[in-house]
Amino acid sequence: MFPKLWIIWALVLFFCLSCGKPKEIGFYDDPGKASFGDTIITSSTGEPSNLIPILASDQPSHQISGLVFNGLVKYDKNLDIVGDLAESWDISKDNLSITFHLRKNVSWHDGRPFTAHDVMYTYRVTVDEKTPTAYSGDFKLVKEAQVLDDYTFKVTYEKPFAPALISWNAAIMPRHLLEGRDITASPLRRAPIGTGPYMFSEWIAGDRLILSANPKYFEGRPYLNRYVMRVVPDTATTFLELKQGGIDMAALTPMQAVRQTDYPRFKREFNKFKFLAFSYVYMGYNLKHRYFKDKRVRQAITYAIDKKEIVDGILLGQGIEADGPIKPDMWSYNGNVKKYGYNKEKAASLLKEAGFEMGPDGILRKDGAPFEFTVLTSQGNDVRIKCAELIQKRLSDVGIRLKIRVIEWAAFINEFIDKKNFEAVILGWTIPQDPDLFDIWHSSKQGKKELNFISFENAEVDEMLVKSRHTLDRKERKKYLDRVQEILAEEQPYTFLFIPYANTAVHKRFKGIEPAPAGITYDFIKWYVPENQRRYKKSAALSP
Amino acid sequence: MLRYLLKRLFFMIPMLLGISIISFAVIHLTPGEPSVLEAEMNPKVTKEVRDRIKAYYGLDKPLHIQYFLWLKRIVRLDFGPSFAPDRRPVIDKIAERLPITITIELLSTVLFFMVGIPIGVYSARYKDSWLDKGLSAFVFAGYAMPHFWLALLLMLFFGVYLEVLPISGIKSFDFADLSFFEKGIDLVKHLVIIVFCSSIGGLAGVSRYMKNSLLEVLRQEYITTAYAKGLPERMVLRKHALRNSLLPVITIFGLSVPGLIGGSVIMESIFSIPGMGQLFFMSVMSRDYPTIMGILVIGAFLTLLGNLLADIMYAVADPRIRIG
Repeated sequence: MFPKLWIIWALVLFFCLSCGKPKEIGFYDDPGKASFGDTIITSSTGEPSNLIPILASDQPSHQISGLVFNGLVKYDKNLDIVGDLAESWDISKDNLSITFHLRKNVSWHDGRPFTAHDVMYTYRVTVDEKTPTAYSGDFKLVKEAQVLDDYTFKVTYEKPFAPALISWNAAIMPRHLLEGRDITASPLRRAPIGTGPYMFSEWIAGDRLILSANPKYFEGRPYLNRYVMRVVPDTATTFLELKQGGIDMAALTPMQAVRQTDYPRFKREFNKFKFLAFSYVYMGYNLKHRYFKDKRVRQAITYAIDKKEIVDGILLGQGIEADGPIKPDMWSYNGNVKKYGYNKEKAASLLKEAGFEMGPDGILRKDGAPFEFTVLTSQGNDVRIKCAELIQKRLSDVGIRLKIRVIEWAAFINEFIDKKNFEAVILGWTIPQDPDLFDIWHSSKQGKKELNFISFENAEVDEMLVKSRHTLDRKERKKYLDRVQEILAEEQPYTFLFIPYANTAVHKRFKGIEPAPAGITYDFIKWYVPENQRRYKKSAALSP
Repeated sequence: MLRYLLKRLFFMIPMLLGISIISFAVIHLTPGEPSVLEAEMNPKVTKEVRDRIKAYYGLDKPLHIQYFLWLKRIVRLDFGPSFAPDRRPVIDKIAERLPITITIELLSTVLFFMVGIPIGVYSARYKDSWLDKGLSAFVFAGYAMPHFWLALLLMLFFGVYLEVLPISGIKSFDFADLSFFEKGIDLVKHLVIIVFCSSIGGLAGVSRYMKNSLLEVLRQEYITTAYAKGLPERMVLRKHALRNSLLPVITIFGLSVPGLIGGSVIMESIFSIPGMGQLFFMSVMSRDYPTIMGILVIGAFLTLLGNLLADIMYAVADPRIRIG
């Protein structure tokens, strides 16, 4: 019985080995000529949930709908606002109205022309009470929306609203397919029809989603024929697939970027791109806590933390030290704020000033109580947990005992953040492309489920935030935002820890990629593969 | 026998009801709510929006009302629409993922029974031989090894270094372009590692149960009698011992029925298999209550059915157990 079984196994193995894929020869350094063709395969850990953009709040859905739909405006590579479906726009002198002049040569993927009525429909359905959307906030500030003619659309606000223009980067939806129907039950959820550079082709549930190039795209047909998003829930598998060539583009962790891709074959076949991510990680203090009410204590802790050590040791150099809530390559960044280099002595003297005395056990004390607190962070984020450990070590050097508690995300938000039941937290924020800091720093935003959960209150910051919100002039807005950053640096309600680099590996056959402050995908339709380097030549590639 | 079967089937009802109440309570007690979970810490999501979404899903009603509404639907075998923003019927979601999971689990089950039983028989027959010890070491190593780790090792070795097997997924990207024969090879290549990894755990159980059970049977007097009659060893084993020693293995088979449908969360996630395990994992992460409940209820029903099936198979294997 056994010899037979082993023979079968050996045959299966031999069979598999003999069916191996022939290895490709690396000749990808030749830039070649731009040509139409080939397919790019990306991946996502989750499956898109709904391809009608206002109904989904998950990243994979937006990744796909971003290629299928357009907004009226968009950001360019330098994060300046440029027209998308709108060719141009006028802002009234009182800064209250925007009149959009729309492109006339745009059609929906089903051939119908795009008009201002589609914009009107999108606005109406978004603010409709019956629509379960998370994106109605900015549109609700619109006092009046008007269709002036088929290609002119005007909106008027109660008072000037700085993010008004960019809020119109929201995906515009086809009125002719949705009006008068229940949007939540529309077939467009699974098979969207937009105006974008890619058209929906096929969705194999749980496995992959395929888009194909829109030959009539108003900015010109994208070079790459197909865009495929594979669902690969496990990040280790994603990395193995990337190495094997099953995926063409993937984000890399610092360890993968620095060490695990540093070998000849990977370098021969992949380009690595590095740019500052739109996010930062911070340690935030509960400002109602008896110790953290004192600015000197917060400043002392920031001095006691070695941010460089965190960046070098945990991120393996894949990030920069943060000194505020905006990243340095954005126009709104203020680099002239107070900086806190690692300085143990300064930390000790500030703590002494704040009334702490060193106890016999090496722990600081005030009114007999030792200086100890717990920092909370969420489970599943190793970088933040390691940060907490390094901070623990540094704070113990100055006599502060830090305890670390790691909690599952949903419980973390519901039981601790919402109830303000914490002393300090290590968390991260996404940096929006429009620098509206209102929701995080304004004192009115301290309610349940609101984002100023550390209870930060500063009258001048409040004033500056309101002014910056209602100013459309960028120079003037920057003046207000600069002041906010100065105050935050002085007050240290957060110790801003670092801004990570986003590392992305893209197969070398894709040309025309230029990293910019906006990342690498802002001009995705210009990416191309020279004819002699194409991998997927046949067009089928769909499920049987 | 028929009466016994009907009685068993009838008693499943209160059992299922109890299971559903506990499951419903537990999943609703978990912090976080569907769909809003993604928008957590999103500055654009106001309280009104949250309330609106909550009402849309019917989560603003008291828990017991929600349960009765769910129960009312479920007695009509309507699992309702999913809470995921696609709002597709739960039953459709389950149906499209079921064939893949059943294929993989069935292949793994067949593999571990086909390999496990001979290993068990061999180990019992040649107890304490070097091959018995070697096989024991192999199956226990397979059992003890974390399967996700083994899976990653095999993916790395066969996928990245040798480039002979695909790493994940169920078919290649250019599957539609392949000939019938190539399609077959493609599917087999995609299934090799996952089926191997899924079966390695069960192998230890089956082979050990088989070995111990057979050893037990071989000590019985009727076996001695059979030998004394001068029957050849092969016949004693096949005709007298094997059938009687299959009882524990049948139990394992009965218990593996729900696994056929439920799939493996870890394996399907690692291998990016769009099966039931992955669906369950994603539903839990997004707090998609109707899908979670659907999978749990079907799983519970199958577990009970599996037990019943095992009992029936006992009766077939051993006439002493037969009732009625």
